Amino acid sequence: METRITKHPILNFPKKSRIPFFFNGKKIYGLEGDTIASALHANNIKVLSRSLKYNRARGFFCGIGKCASCLMRVNNVPNVRICITPLAENINVETQDRGFGKLPEDDFKEYPLKKVDVDVLVVGGGPAGLCAAVESAKLGADVLVVDEGSRIGGQLIKQTHKFFGSSDEMAGVRGIEIAKVLEDEVKSLSDRIKILLNSTVIGYYESNTKDKHRFAAVKRLGYENELYEIFCKKAIFSCGAMENMIAFPGNDLPGVYGAGAVQTLMNVYGVKPGKRVLMVGAGNVGLIVSYQLLQAGVEVDRVVEALPFIGGYHVHAAKLRRCGVPIYTSHTVSKAHGKDKVEGATVVKLDKNWSIIEGSEEFVECDTICLAVGLTPSVRLVAQTGAAIEYIPEAGGYVALHNESMETTKNGIFVAGDLSGIEEASTAMLEGKIAGISAAASLGYGDKRMNEKRKKELLEKLASLRAGPFGEKPRKAKQNILKKFSEIKRR
Amino acid sequence: MKEYEKTGILSVEDINIPDMKYLRKGVAIIECVQEIPCNPCVTACPFNAISMKDISSIPMVDFDKCVGCGKCISICPGLAIFVVKVRDDGFAEITMPYEFLPIPKIGEYVTLLDREGKKQGKGKVLRVREGSRKTFVITVEVKEELAMVVRNILVKSRGE
Ligand SMILES: Cc1cc2nc3c(=O)[nH]c(=O)nc-3n(C[C@H](O)[C@H](O)[C@H](O)COP(=O)(O)OP(=O)(O)OC[C@H]3O[C@@H](n4cnc5c(N)ncnc54)[C@H](O)[C@@H]3O)c2cc1C
Ligand code: SF4
Ligand code: SF4
Ligand code: FES
Repeated sequence: METRITKHPILNFPKKSRIPFFFNGKKIYGLEGDTIASALHANNIKVLSRSLKYNRARGFFCGIGKCASCLMRVNNVPNVRICITPLAENINVETQDRGFGKLPEDDFKEYPLKKVDVDVLVVGGGPAGLCAAVESAKLGADVLVVDEGSRIGGQLIKQTHKFFGSSDEMAGVRGIEIAKVLEDEVKSLSDRIKILLNSTVIGYYESNTKDKHRFAAVKRLGYENELYEIFCKKAIFSCGAMENMIAFPGNDLPGVYGAGAVQTLMNVYGVKPGKRVLMVGAGNVGLIVSYQLLQAGVEVDRVVEALPFIGGYHVHAAKLRRCGVPIYTSHTVSKAHGKDKVEGATVVKLDKNWSIIEGSEEFVECDTICLAVGLTPSVRLVAQTGAAIEYIPEAGGYVALHNESMETTKNGIFVAGDLSGIEEASTAMLEGKIAGISAAASLGYGDKRMNEKRKKELLEKLASLRAGPFGEKPRKAKQNILKKFSEIKRR
Repeated sequence: MKEYEKTGILSVEDINIPDMKYLRKGVAIIECVQEIPCNPCVTACPFNAISMKDISSIPMVDFDKCVGCGKCISICPGLAIFVVKVRDDGFAEITMPYEFLPIPKIGEYVTLLDREGKKQGKGKVLRVREGSRKTFVITVEVKEELAMVVRNILVKSRGE
């Protein structure tokens, strides 16, 4: 199967030079700009590891470094997350024996420790984090943005569709272009905004300096690590969200991917996830990714949705339907077939009580099952700081409680974007701006009245985006978060 | 629950369809029926023909003001706007957004598709224009009775 996308109606995939590397001792080729995962996938290699207990084949799932299902051994270093590790010439990539990574044979190196001291630390350089950084820096603060990926932009770098929203906030512009606009803005402020890429913030530690927070981050250099100790007066968490999984037999087979992973593979690396896809979930993400699969030249057999109605916008459903892709509401996937990779799926119809209607089983021929069944905010790290966390169903799971300035119950710790409730890039950017202004303002930067005025304008814009029936869920989520925040503060 | 919320397919009753007098000159048919936070169509129209109470309301076309220029078609992120012109020779012209490859050529006959992706015969491509940000705007000729039926095209790939 031809796995590389060469022609695309929206994206350009120029010819790139070939990079040789070794997979389990065999020489194969990837392309410049690939991650190890995209290069393997382009070679039709989907089995990346074996499960510890049952020796089952495992492939990747999230594609953005968050699920640890893609761990491999690279140049003798075990447990490398290959979905976010760039490919390099002649590296040795090996399947790890049954989940455990062998320790590197050469001596353990003392990791060099670097110290950084900034006004504002931004964890996560997606739309929320970048907007926060820009606002803080514009007011005069020194900012450090840390991101796990090899480039900034978060989810935007794979969104090839035009965004909804207000025409004075870049609606009608493709996500990939919005990422570029934000990147340029950050670069124009490079004297105040420093960016640390390929780096993961891993923990919050007691600080010996008063009024300062202390974090540790690991930067991946090749397959080695460099440790950073980061001191900051304020920290803004904008780590985004993690894709949800659903339970069905075979859901761990290579070929069952999160929608975000599929999008990353095809729109960032130009690799087709498969030939024929079953999409699970008819929310906006499922509908949009299905349409983008068609644009990449991949067949979409159908979209199944367990709810009795389509959750995403009708306009997204309509553009898929007129391409001939059926959408089955009250249907779900009940089984993935295949030995070492997906070779098909069973879909079933559900009754009013969500029980499978007997005899409704249908076999769908496909090599990829794409799950677009919701996202869960990535709050683990912000929870470590001691900020109060609560389960808010409308926000997509556990989130940090915050006030209108996006500050959590922990002094100096702010949140913005999907991490503070699953929503949209448009709202993430506005929340980021508010957090950025609030953090800088609390350090005395900018004119007090002006800061308050801007925050008020941004809050009004947020409210207008959350108006209407589709805004009901985030509206409720945010009301609850604010209410619970003030309850805690009153205690 | 509306039928389209289950199927993703609008019926003609869901859409605001103008009188023949307007269809003869060619006007925008907006197939955006839900209250979503979105408004670039409003600012895209040079003739102020599209209006909205606020960002979450449904866009309305003033068919007196609309001249059928098609400028709004490629701006709309929902790809939900079509310009329909019914000629007096039994044919109609449908102008639609298109984001696939290959791009059809003028004069080429392409397969016509309805809102469900079902084939509705062939139609001739009259105009091809590159619109905003890589969305193409294609005009096809269809039989008059298909004016409110055809909403997409399938272009045969040229084995290059
Ligand atoms: C298919 C799809 C279609 C969408 N369509 C639209 C749309 O049309 N319009 C719209 O407005 N929105 C849309 N969205 C939603 C939008 O993409 C998200 O809401 C938005 O990206 C959230 O921004 P964020 O900055 O909060 O998080 P993200 O964009 O997820 O960015 C988070 C960043 O944090 C980094 N990170 C996480 N943890 C760490 C750590 N510990 N250390 C360092 N870095 C870390 C990650 O690498 C990432 O770069 C869509 C989403 C999807 C999946
Ligand atoms: S077709 Fe032209 S005149 Fe009519 S609404 Fe669209 S932009 Fe305005
Ligand atoms: S731009 Fe398109 S999707 Fe947005 S409101 Fe207008 S018609 Fe609807
Ligand atoms: S961490 Fe690599 S696929 Fe999830």
